[in-house]
Amino acid sequence: MRIEYFQLIDRILDLNLEEKTIKVEAQVPQESTIFEGHFPGYPIMPGVLLIESMAQTSGWLLLGLFKFERMPFLAAVKEAKMRGFVPPGELLTVEASLVHEGSGYAITEAKIKVGGKLRCNSTLTFSHVPFPHPDLRVHMDAVAKRIAFPQQAFQS
Amino acid sequence: MRGLVSGADPPPAAAIRIYLQYIKGLVMSSTFDQVATIIAETCDIPRDTITPDSHAIDDLGIDSLDFLDIAFAIDKAFGIKLPLEKWTQEVNDGKATTEQYFVLKNLCARIDELVAAKNAGT
Repeated sequence: MRIEYFQLIDRILDLNLEEKTIKVEAQVPQESTIFEGHFPGYPIMPGVLLIESMAQTSGWLLLGLFKFERMPFLAAVKEAKMRGFVPPGELLTVEASLVHEGSGYAITEAKIKVGGKLRCNSTLTFSHVPFPHPDLRVHMDAVAKRIAFPQQAFQS
Repeated sequence: MRGLVSGADPPPAAAIRIYLQYIKGLVMSSTFDQVATIIAETCDIPRDTITPDSHAIDDLGIDSLDFLDIAFAIDKAFGIKLPLEKWTQEVNDGKATTEQYFVLKNLCARIDELVAAKNAGT
């Protein structure tokens, strides 16, 4: 996880396009400038970044379902619950599943677990459009490679 | 004695027409009632201010993000997929007006069409 670059997802563990689910892992770093402010003497992951982690996880699921032809953008966050502190160094498992695919939008449910215990969950809404710029598509392809996006998922 | 028993005269054509209109009215009002309830609950708009002639955007002030919630609820309730992207494209291209899709009686007519198409397996 490189928080400062918004690279919150380290690796895709499982992507099931038939079941429309995804599981990823994300290692919270021991040190980050973010922890200097959040909070002095008591560093914890900001809740908004936990939500962003769930959004990025859901985003990879949607990118897979759309076969990288459309880009999802976070549109709404509902019932986000921070159920426990996430200090530096924790290994997060983030899971997401598709709840509904509408016309131009999609809804997922996502959760973060640490050591098998639920720390955070939310229902997320995304709008999605054809890639608005070719550079973005190139960037997402590069990130997909870095986080081991399973290209074979398209062949099953 | 004449009555609704076998052997009674068949109802006149006019009565059948009135009956069919009544049934159609029931179906339409059912769709509208469901949609109005969804809008009221999703957007916190008083139910009695929502009429078949209300324009979702211009009269009720529903923005595009709130309309996603409404679309989700409608998709779920009716088992359809409102073609929002197609409608938006048509409006942007000047091929349709927002009234055709976002005045509630018209929206309900589109929903009924989509439900009928789904039931017909098309």
